[in-house]
Amino acid sequence: MQQPNRLRPFFENITFDREDNEMIVNFGPQHPSAHGQLRLILHLQQEQIVKAHPDVGYLHRGMEKMGENMIYNEFMPTTDRMDYIASSSNNYGFALAVEKLIDVHVPRRAKVIRMMLLEINRLISHLFWLATTALDIGAMTVFLYAFREREYLMDIIEDYCGARLTHAAIRIGGVPLDIPDNFIPDLKDFLDKLPANIKDYEDLLDTNRIWLMRMENVGIIPEEMALSWGCTGPMLRASNVAWDIRKEEPYELYDEVEFEVPYSDKCDNYARYKIYMQEMRESAKILYQTIDMYAETVKNNETELMAHSPQYISAPKLELMTQNYSLMQHFVLVTQGMRPPVGEVYIATESPKGELGFYINSQGGPYPYRLKLRAPSFWHTGILTDLLPGHYIPDVVSIIGTTNIVFGEVDR
Amino acid sequence: MRAYKPKDDVQKKSYYTDRYWVAPMVPKSMVEDDAVFAADLAAIKAKFDVSDAYIQVEQMVVYIKPEDNVGVLKLMKEELGYTQLSEMSAIDWIAKQGQFEIFYQMLSMGKRKRIRVKCFIDQNQAIESVNPLFRSADWSEREMFDMFGVKVNNHPYMKRILMPDDWEGYPLLKTYPLQGDEFAAWYEVDRIYGKEARAIIGPEIRDSARVDRYDTERFSRLGFEVPMGAEPKAVDAEETPLAYQEEGGVFMIDKFEDDKTEIISDRKR
Repeated sequence: MQQPNRLRPFFENITFDREDNEMIVNFGPQHPSAHGQLRLILHLQQEQIVKAHPDVGYLHRGMEKMGENMIYNEFMPTTDRMDYIASSSNNYGFALAVEKLIDVHVPRRAKVIRMMLLEINRLISHLFWLATTALDIGAMTVFLYAFREREYLMDIIEDYCGARLTHAAIRIGGVPLDIPDNFIPDLKDFLDKLPANIKDYEDLLDTNRIWLMRMENVGIIPEEMALSWGCTGPMLRASNVAWDIRKEEPYELYDEVEFEVPYSDKCDNYARYKIYMQEMRESAKILYQTIDMYAETVKNNETELMAHSPQYISAPKLELMTQNYSLMQHFVLVTQGMRPPVGEVYIATESPKGELGFYINSQGGPYPYRLKLRAPSFWHTGILTDLLPGHYIPDVVSIIGTTNIVFGEVDR
Repeated sequence: MRAYKPKDDVQKKSYYTDRYWVAPMVPKSMVEDDAVFAADLAAIKAKFDVSDAYIQVEQMVVYIKPEDNVGVLKLMKEELGYTQLSEMSAIDWIAKQGQFEIFYQMLSMGKRKRIRVKCFIDQNQAIESVNPLFRSADWSEREMFDMFGVKVNNHPYMKRILMPDDWEGYPLLKTYPLQGDEFAAWYEVDRIYGKEARAIIGPEIRDSARVDRYDTERFSRLGFEVPMGAEPKAVDAEETPLAYQEEGGVFMIDKFEDDKTEIISDRKR
């Protein structure tokens, strides 16, 4: 029986000592392989899990509440803190939702830059996934290799926006800056080396006996279960559903680039690993194409970076400095915020983790009336309830690894 | 007289709104404009009451009765191919009409279409769980209960998910202040040190941007700064000069003396 006192309060109705053979283990919230703040309450028979109960909320910051008390532009840096591994994709999802609400046309050059940022973020996120999961399984070398490559990408991002982790690099209506001169040569250098790097990782892992034992036929998510649990992204594609929002409901310029959507019918951890590796190659393919698209905008002298809609988005600096009315509108936008029309919007984008959705209900005020953040990791954590029973303790680590959950996003 | 602030909605409000301001609307279009949505709506209308339906930002919005939610979602999943429940939650309209609005965001991968099914429930009305149809509703409904206090019938594990189990109040209600209420301010003090320590510790400061100039525990008094860890200065102590001339630094003017200045006529001098 628990003896609650001041320092050990009685929070849950859990009896750890039981008469039967079942043992209850608390996995996390500070377990190094729990990827942040996941707490799993596992009911065990010997080493086999009979019941799993994921407990989340240790990183809950109330972002939806914060969003309802902030003007739209103010909320942008907060979205960085959702999926902090790939923060530009959160920025982008929010920006796109507001752009649909206010119906503005984003200039082509801004779209190309955004696509570059999104795909660089996808590479960063997948490299980070590979590094941490490999480390959980015990492959230290892969961790070091993948972090080395991730560092190059972070440098490229840093050259663009000055930040490495929380970029806030995308604005509602476009991007704030053009890319610096060294951006494209650096990116090309990186992309040219990437295939060899990915081959290195695969040489280390693909036929590695330990890796195979921990990954193959472990954590099998059947197609119905993945759909029912709202799985998206690589989790869903590993379960035999070829669904990629970039392909099926194209946003930005994804309908102009060529890429494949890898999927697998194996449904296990190993299938998810292969999909992450393949997606990195596809991202590189997209990045090569965006470099050409950028060169084209330079050739056509399309220099606009922000949408022209002075009612919602501040006019360019030159206009602010020369035209009184633009300055007045800018002052109102900064001090009071834009007021989108009355209505609601739900926009889903393909973040590295899956479907990242933003639901905004606007009542015509400068603050959203309701802001719902649909984070893919939330359901990828929930599925552990049904996925873990039947598995053994070591499988928990590899399953949490391949679900690729980020707690900034689960708890918001 | 102090300005009256409504208690039923304590969210931040714009401090100024032009009295001639009329908010525009996000355009809505008829469901008939889209053949796929029209067929889906006809199938729903054949069995259930639909009070309103329209297309907004490429997605169909359908208003149904709250007691039909499981039936409509079952029909959509099994016959119309909407195999995924992307998201569901509530919107607080209590101040306006005493109701919550529940929305279910559905996705059909075969048709590449998204439908938002919505219904209104009264403040104390419970809604039936759609967990048997979509397992994703398990956590969504728990989150909705956690954030709004909307009760869900026949849910397998109706407990708080993000907030602590023993939390009081529902954070996303419009009546709940951003910095938390009285209960929130004492929550950690009570749990860690006990209620009897309240007088010693005081309530938690939940406004992270607050600066109290008389709080010498966390901040020095402005103008009476002392080095880290030193005793705070007495009230009648000499004031620390806020601006002082650094050696070799930029020359600073303490006092502007009009008679010692010179007016330069040639600006390129």
